[in-house]
Amino acid sequence: MKASKMPKLLQMFLTFFKIGMFTLGGGYAMVPLIQREIVEKRGWVKETEFFELLALAQSSPGPVAVNSSVFVGYKVAGVTGSIVATLGTTLPSFFIILLIAAWLIGFRSNPHVEAFFRGIRPAVVAMIAAPLFSLSRAMGIGWKGLTLAAAVAMLVAFAGFSPAVLIGIVAICSLVFGIWQKRRQQGA
Amino acid sequence: MQIYLDLFIAFFKIGLFGFGGGYAMLPLIQHEVVGAPHKWLSVADFTDIVAISQMTPGPIAINSATYVGYTVTGSFWGAVVATFAVCLPPLVIMLLISKFYLKFRENHYMDMIFAGLKPAIVGLIAAAALTLMNSHNFVDYKSIVIFVAVFIATLLKVDPIKLIIFAGISGIVIY
Repeated sequence: MKASKMPKLLQMFLTFFKIGMFTLGGGYAMVPLIQREIVEKRGWVKETEFFELLALAQSSPGPVAVNSSVFVGYKVAGVTGSIVATLGTTLPSFFIILLIAAWLIGFRSNPHVEAFFRGIRPAVVAMIAAPLFSLSRAMGIGWKGLTLAAAVAMLVAFAGFSPAVLIGIVAICSLVFGIWQKRRQQGA
Repeated sequence: MQIYLDLFIAFFKIGLFGFGGGYAMLPLIQHEVVGAPHKWLSVADFTDIVAISQMTPGPIAINSATYVGYTVTGSFWGAVVATFAVCLPPLVIMLLISKFYLKFRENHYMDMIFAGLKPAIVGLIAAAALTLMNSHNFVDYKSIVIFVAVFIATLLKVDPIKLIIFAGISGIVIY
């Protein structure tokens, strides 16, 4: 039992290490690689299950990469499997960032490094702002939703509201509103 | 010891409330690491981490946990504690979901919650962009030129890694 499980765990660690190593940009950029590795190459998850997995990974808090690893790991080898898969996904970026953090502290005062980052900072802001419109269209958000989005943006950006508290409030209100709406429909 | 506990709590919160992943988690991370009471990073530092995250593999929540954990404590263990803390809530929650996966799939209450959370996630991404539009990140008119160029290039779906490298090289040339 144990002997047959060990190579599987090792195989899973290596597969998720590869996913963690080669998914630049994070989030949706890693979907094709995960699909190829775990659906096509290993067959750990079926094609249809994979899309359900993505929906679940997005509706749970935390990075999509971690959520997918936990799900696949659990399916293949239970709780141990999910821990091994998560370690595999996390370790590459952990060591790369550790190296950069250690390096950057020494080089921060270098004028070229500072100029490099001075050019990058406005670019980062643009990269966050630009996909907003296509994202709200893809999510099918109407005027009511856009009003809520604008309110959340203003409260967090200008009124210093805690995003965690707001997320909690929105979740509870949506649930109460949903139940109320359902009751009303059933009553009518 | 207190600093390790603070790191753990801050990143546990980020992992627990980080719905939507990626950019939607930025205001949450910023609130914890740039905002009071910790003020572990400046706004410019924080923007640099976002840029580094774009250029390196892995989710931004994990990248910022490792970076902040290391820089705040100056120790490998700070990075371990923060990274572990940010992974713990998703690990536990996703394990529960995996276990009760079939039940969850047909759960209408989750649909109700997500009807409201989706716009909130868009709002959080907008908040991330708004809070980063300040004098730390926009030092002069050249910053605005870079912003507009990258904004258009992103709409045209140019590879983000290429854009960051291009912006960085422009920075070295013009500053």
